[in-house]
Amino acid sequence: MSQPQSPTKTSEVVIISEVDRYFAREVNRRSHTDLNRCYQCRSCGNGCPFVESMDYPPYGVIRLVQYGLRQKALECATIWICVSCHTCSSQCPNAIDIAAIMDTLRSLALEERAAIAAPDILAFHLEVLRSIERYGRTHKLGIMLRHKLLTGQWFKDVDVGLRMLSRRKLDLMPSRVKAVNEINRLFLPYWRVKPR
Amino acid sequence: MNSPESLEFSYFPGCSIATTAMESNYSLMQSCHILGIHLQELEDWNCCGSSSAYSLDPELGFNLSARNLSLAPPDRPLLVMCPRCLHHLRHTHLDMQQDPHIRRAQERRWGRPIPPDLEIIHFLEALVRFGLGNLKKGAARSLNGLKFVPYYGCTLFRPPALQRQKYYQAEMENILAALEGKPVHGAYNYRCCGSFLSAVRPETVTSLVNEIIGSAVAAGADCLVTSCAMCQLNLEVRCTATRKLPIFHFSEILALALGAKDYEDWFTRHLVDPRPLLEDLGLIGPPLLPRVP
Repeated sequence: MSQPQSPTKTSEVVIISEVDRYFAREVNRRSHTDLNRCYQCRSCGNGCPFVESMDYPPYGVIRLVQYGLRQKALECATIWICVSCHTCSSQCPNAIDIAAIMDTLRSLALEERAAIAAPDILAFHLEVLRSIERYGRTHKLGIMLRHKLLTGQWFKDVDVGLRMLSRRKLDLMPSRVKAVNEINRLFLPYWRVKPR
Repeated sequence: MNSPESLEFSYFPGCSIATTAMESNYSLMQSCHILGIHLQELEDWNCCGSSSAYSLDPELGFNLSARNLSLAPPDRPLLVMCPRCLHHLRHTHLDMQQDPHIRRAQERRWGRPIPPDLEIIHFLEALVRFGLGNLKKGAARSLNGLKFVPYYGCTLFRPPALQRQKYYQAEMENILAALEGKPVHGAYNYRCCGSFLSAVRPETVTSLVNEIIGSAVAAGADCLVTSCAMCQLNLEVRCTATRKLPIFHFSEILALALGAKDYEDWFTRHLVDPRPLLEDLGLIGPPLLPRVP
């Protein structure tokens, strides 16, 4: 299996005075786990079903955080590819909740307006949130159509969409929460304000 | 668990099961009706936050889950069908149990009490409480050695935040083997189905799904039975292998064994038609009308 590159190439130099010394501590606190327990055994990378689509394997991302390479960690694609299937955590000999670290890095990337390595995945998540905000529940057809509208990929996957429609798997009308005002007021996190 | 009161549950279906995977909901209702398990749908439930809320803003996901818990009646367990919803609801509830301040903050937010001792269980656990012996007695037909892979997907398999909580390994095969199905081992039972990447990165998910189905074929299975509606959909939609296997919701196979009759309504919603397999095994009758391929 082809594994992504190691976090730092031997030719690359990490300049100690430029790294964020408090990064690991911050990530630990927010994710309620301890990434300093990671001794780079690489079990997580061997088990991860998505490692081939990532730019850094999970242990590579942890290494970036350990080194204090904040920007690299927040701008990598891995944090967006991870679906929190927890395969890595179940194989980690030190029981690190790696998915929680990915969640934290993703939130930080949004809060700090870091460059998003997988804008298509972010766009999809935002569509799901829009659906929850509007209806209190997810409306699959609406999400798929708006996602296509925004990404412009109208013809990607049309066959799958049609097959799902023909099997009545996509409802035309959304299922709704009655007290939707209770849901709406949850949707005011500040990072949703348009970036500069 | 022999008194009839103890089979009262409130029920959280979740978005997938309420819409895309309605066949799972129908067959669950049938099973519960036959077994005398009473499910009362949680009044005005909302999405648990799904992967997306937790991916972008865990606090938003937490709040969404907490609202559902504020709607749960305290006097009965909350039964959840979708593994991801179950995980989010249990995790949220556990956080509130560990820190009463968090719970009180949520009670103020919603203006409703949140039962601190609420039990949140998967449907599989309700069946275990019901008892395999009772289940066998209630069965209307044998599964005739249906060779299935019990496919759990990733979420029922001990997520780290719930490490010290109950988990549901091996219950699907215990239950279906009691109904004379034949579990097949050696396939990728716990491999992730690709989750939401199916919508955004289909190429990635296709190769994963093909590996999972391929492992089931190699193990000699006729079908996969899954506890997760999203897995069911991904395994059907993203498989490009030449030999496709039918993918059942767990509740469908259960309802079938218990003698439910409206299975045509569920099976016509499948993308890989499971009826030829079930006809061969004599589990369902021949079709009333010729089928549209």
